[in-house]
Amino acid sequence: MSKVLIVAEHLEGELNPSTAKTVTCARALEPESIDVLLAAAEAGGLAEQVAKIEGVSRVLTAENAANEHLVAATLAPQIAAAAGQGGYTHVLGPNTTFGKDLMPRVAALLGVLQVTDIMAVHGPYEFERPIYAGNAIVTVEAPQDQVLVGTARAASFAPAGEQAAAPVEALSLDAELPGHTRFVGLETGSSDRPDLQTAPKVVSGGRGVGSKENFDIIYRLADKLGAAVGASRAAVDAGFVPNDMQVGQTGKIIAPALYVAVGISGAIQHLAGIKDAGTIVAINSDPEAPIFEVADFGLVGDLFEVLPELEKAL
Amino acid sequence: MKILVSVKRVVDYNVRIRVKPDGSGVVTDGVKMSMNPFDEIAMEQAMRLKEAGTAEEVVAVTIGSDKSQEQLRTALAFGADRAVHVHTDEEVQPLYAARILAALAHKEQPRLFLMGKQAIDDDNNQTGQMTAALLGWPQATFASKLELDGDSARVTREIDAGLETLEVDLPAVVTTDLRLNEPRYLKLPNIMKAKRKPVETLSPGDLGAEPAAALKVTHTAPPPTREAGVMVKSVDELVGKLKEKGLL
Repeated sequence: MSKVLIVAEHLEGELNPSTAKTVTCARALEPESIDVLLAAAEAGGLAEQVAKIEGVSRVLTAENAANEHLVAATLAPQIAAAAGQGGYTHVLGPNTTFGKDLMPRVAALLGVLQVTDIMAVHGPYEFERPIYAGNAIVTVEAPQDQVLVGTARAASFAPAGEQAAAPVEALSLDAELPGHTRFVGLETGSSDRPDLQTAPKVVSGGRGVGSKENFDIIYRLADKLGAAVGASRAAVDAGFVPNDMQVGQTGKIIAPALYVAVGISGAIQHLAGIKDAGTIVAINSDPEAPIFEVADFGLVGDLFEVLPELEKAL
Repeated sequence: MKILVSVKRVVDYNVRIRVKPDGSGVVTDGVKMSMNPFDEIAMEQAMRLKEAGTAEEVVAVTIGSDKSQEQLRTALAFGADRAVHVHTDEEVQPLYAARILAALAHKEQPRLFLMGKQAIDDDNNQTGQMTAALLGWPQATFASKLELDGDSARVTREIDAGLETLEVDLPAVVTTDLRLNEPRYLKLPNIMKAKRKPVETLSPGDLGAEPAAALKVTHTAPPPTREAGVMVKSVDELVGKLKEKGLL
């Protein structure tokens, strides 16, 4: 039977929803137990949040001043040590930039391979994952005689529900932490709007929006819908919005119930980021735009006429 | 300082990928191949550091068959001083690639190892991090800004929450993201000059790199397609459809 260790992702005292999604991925392995490693300066309320995720057997805290900011080079030796000490068969993290940065470093320290971007679980060592920006899906078999390190694609797994709190235990880890990598700062495009990666509704703007100032029209519609705001790579490259708003293979891969693409032509790399969306609405002046091939509802028209009208109708 | 840059031969990013009908893989025969776009960004960054006088030597490396020499020539046309071809006809997955690259780094002793954040064929996003781990070096992945300052580097990284800045001691592995730079257009005289630059050929065994266990791909399928939807004529019709679905 599998024993799973999951690495929790958090930022500024908030647990990232990717943790509960990774737990869902782990539950598909039908494991004996699922422990979640919470590395933080102070585990505090975060441990309680993790303990309540349905399916979690134990929360293991690794409290250390060095974990004030989650830096891969500092975290990896702690996770590798925890994996060895606990006799885990699987070590999983989210396929967010946090997990993508961290987990290969953990795998290499353990001397094992990694399965990146798990989108379906067929068995403890058999998975589906996307290649070529999601243009092909491969089924892969991993060796059973080594620890399986993997990252779970957030858009493929629903967050696990709630349970009565699992026990929280403090871990004593035998790991030497390097001092060669230092956190300097984080610049967030913070806003009061819902988080792009987890919002049930998202409105995105593309090159067709035309300018940074014009993007207001996207924000207005999003606020009316209670939606998060995203953008195509073209809009980011043109400087209309910051890069953390980019949706697509090289940006965020999202799966909202409703996705409204405004002035976005639908390049393959953008479509790769919204494949798992529930309903896609496309608004574009070009009837030939590829976005219409994947949209559930398409409306050809000038966005500067359509959006105010839509805002009024809501 | 010396900079090492790894480059990979991949299906060109403009090619529309087709899955073989028998599910045995994707069609690569007769398909245009190129240097992985993220590796071009790594090459460009190395050349900018050399042109700024920060780096004295830029060495490009690839792992692969004879054909991957084409991508080394591209790296040399960017301006790399010399290239190392680690020759193998076997499929090389990230952990094995990292062992090879770490062994080469031991031999070459660069101060900076630049790589693309991921290859656009298998999208693994592992090799840079694994190489750094095996070397015991710092890593700064998804770089959108890189500033060298003596024995350390300041790297701005594109992460989900925004832009994170790390300071890493050198030597370090830095993997490149899209917005780090815009790679130059290669000019004919540089392409001609590249043909005369030295390429050293080694085997993984020459470097003492141990093969690693690999993932076995048992089936390849096209992604599930979304059914083509309907075109609506007006905002009112759109709002009606969304209300029907309970989305408004």
